[in-house]
Amino acid sequence: MIIRRTPPHPIASSEITPESVYLNRRQFLEEAGLLSVVALAMPSDLGRSRVAQPQSAYPTTMGSDLRSELTPWDDVTTYNNFYEFGTDKSDPAANARTFRPRPWSVRVEGLVKKPADYDLEDFIKPYKLEERIYRHRCVEAWSMVVPWLGFPMADLIARVEPSPSAKYVEFITLNDAKRMPGQRIPVLQWPYVEGLRLDEARNPLAFFAVGVYGKMLPNQNGAPLRHVVPWKYGFKGCKSIVKIRFTDREPRTAWNLAAPDEYGFYANVNPNVDHPRWSQAKERRIGEFRRRATLMFNGYADQVASLYSGMDLRKSY
Amino acid sequence: MGSNRDWQRSVVSRLKSSRQLPRVLFVLALAPLMWGAGLLASDLVQGTRYLGSNPIKELEHFTGKWTLRFLILSLTVTPLMALTHQGWLIRYRRTWGLFAFFYACVHLTIYFVLDVELNWADFGADILKRKYIAIGMTALSLMIPLVLTSTKASIRRMGNIRWTALHRLVFATVILANIHYWMSVKRDIREPLLFALIFGVLLGYRLRAWWRERAKRPGAGSAALAKAPTA
Ligand code: HEM
Repeated sequence: MIIRRTPPHPIASSEITPESVYLNRRQFLEEAGLLSVVALAMPSDLGRSRVAQPQSAYPTTMGSDLRSELTPWDDVTTYNNFYEFGTDKSDPAANARTFRPRPWSVRVEGLVKKPADYDLEDFIKPYKLEERIYRHRCVEAWSMVVPWLGFPMADLIARVEPSPSAKYVEFITLNDAKRMPGQRIPVLQWPYVEGLRLDEARNPLAFFAVGVYGKMLPNQNGAPLRHVVPWKYGFKGCKSIVKIRFTDREPRTAWNLAAPDEYGFYANVNPNVDHPRWSQAKERRIGEFRRRATLMFNGYADQVASLYSGMDLRKSY
Repeated sequence: MGSNRDWQRSVVSRLKSSRQLPRVLFVLALAPLMWGAGLLASDLVQGTRYLGSNPIKELEHFTGKWTLRFLILSLTVTPLMALTHQGWLIRYRRTWGLFAFFYACVHLTIYFVLDVELNWADFGADILKRKYIAIGMTALSLMIPLVLTSTKASIRRMGNIRWTALHRLVFATVILANIHYWMSVKRDIREPLLFALIFGVLLGYRLRAWWRERAKRPGAGSAALAKAPTA
């Protein structure tokens, strides 16, 4: 049992006055060179309150109906699976505090007409950031509701123009054991790799997140760039992305390599297909006392079921 | 040196005859439970976050690991007795064993009440479908006959040899409990490995003692088995 004494976010400590929080933030963002791009809302209540959530100044384009179910900021930023910073849920918040997600560049490569190395700022610049409130279902049978801030994956794909032979897109996390101490231990094959079929990646739900709760992504949540596919188990989302590669072959993803019988390439949320060791029929929503039924495709069947028509979801789990 | 020995001897004899020691150990053994309950109460009443975002899972893990720790304590008594020639330590072997059972029951209760939510159908399905649950249930069930025969009267009634043979079941519990733990872990096996190593040493000690005994008396393997140091 771990007793948490560390604040969940380097600047979200109740001891700091709101003004200094503001200044720290400003400094942080200016250093990051992102202030002009991510003109972030500056909520004055960065305390640890469970009641008052930081608010986002961005338009919520999807999932407003889930607003009343939002998982508190404290939980979103302290209960994380991000093995690059340790395998306990509380490890990332503790071990990622000194991680500096700047400068950061993202390489787009493979079967695309416009491969490029982008500085993070240039990568994000063309897009209008929007908020999306998505359900987040972990393969371990717990879930959250998270207000991500970012832009649709489809927009990036349109911009870089994959060639006709591209069938998949692969996402790769930073590989640097000096900055990500969890990588010193081979619990998974590093770097972390995830992937989607190109039509999945073009689905309007697929999203790149650069923020959460109207603020920049905390390190433990995958700063500075992660992707989110809400109809799939959480591990399908790749954090701290440095490479996006278009290929004609199914990517060899980290968890699939680690335990192919337990973690498939598709990993769609499916209450009828159990994990070999536990049931996926129910989930514990963080903060709730009773377990709730897991929804097919995590409640996004209307938007994504057609991607899998004709497929046996038991085999392609 | 001499005075050091005297000092040691006097401490040991005090502990041995102490009436307080059993009480102190009893309270210490309950301390983890109190600690866990205190953290939970604080989280619920004062809104602290000691148990984190998923307190039920946290308590499940907490009690599971304390079950293992008490099993370790219980299995340490016999080798410790042999190494230190302090026969009176055996009094506490039962104490630790019973506490292991107690923590396992709390573990099961948390799972049954808070995870399965008292749903017998779900519980049955879990036991049938989830190997690690079935294995945990077996590990726990095998402790029941040991608990029921843990009194001195039982030893007298059963006779030493039969009692000893029965109580070797604890080795099965230990092995199953380790498998259960191993299977419940997703990927990072460092901690279950550490537990398994400790249990490995404790079981290895018995195996070695049994092996030596057998070597001394060729052809009398089964008799030696009955005489091997017990749980
Ligand atoms: C001698 C008996 C048992 C021992 C020593 C034991 C020990 C453990 C340990 C050490 C863990 C993992 C803790 C961690 O990951 O930090 C665990 C997890 C668990 N055990 Fe047991 N256990 C026993 C019996 C049972 C029984 C009878 C059940 C239920 C029928 C059970 C259900 C569970 C569950 C649900 C978990 C959590 C798995 C997860 O992380 O989701 N255990 N147990």
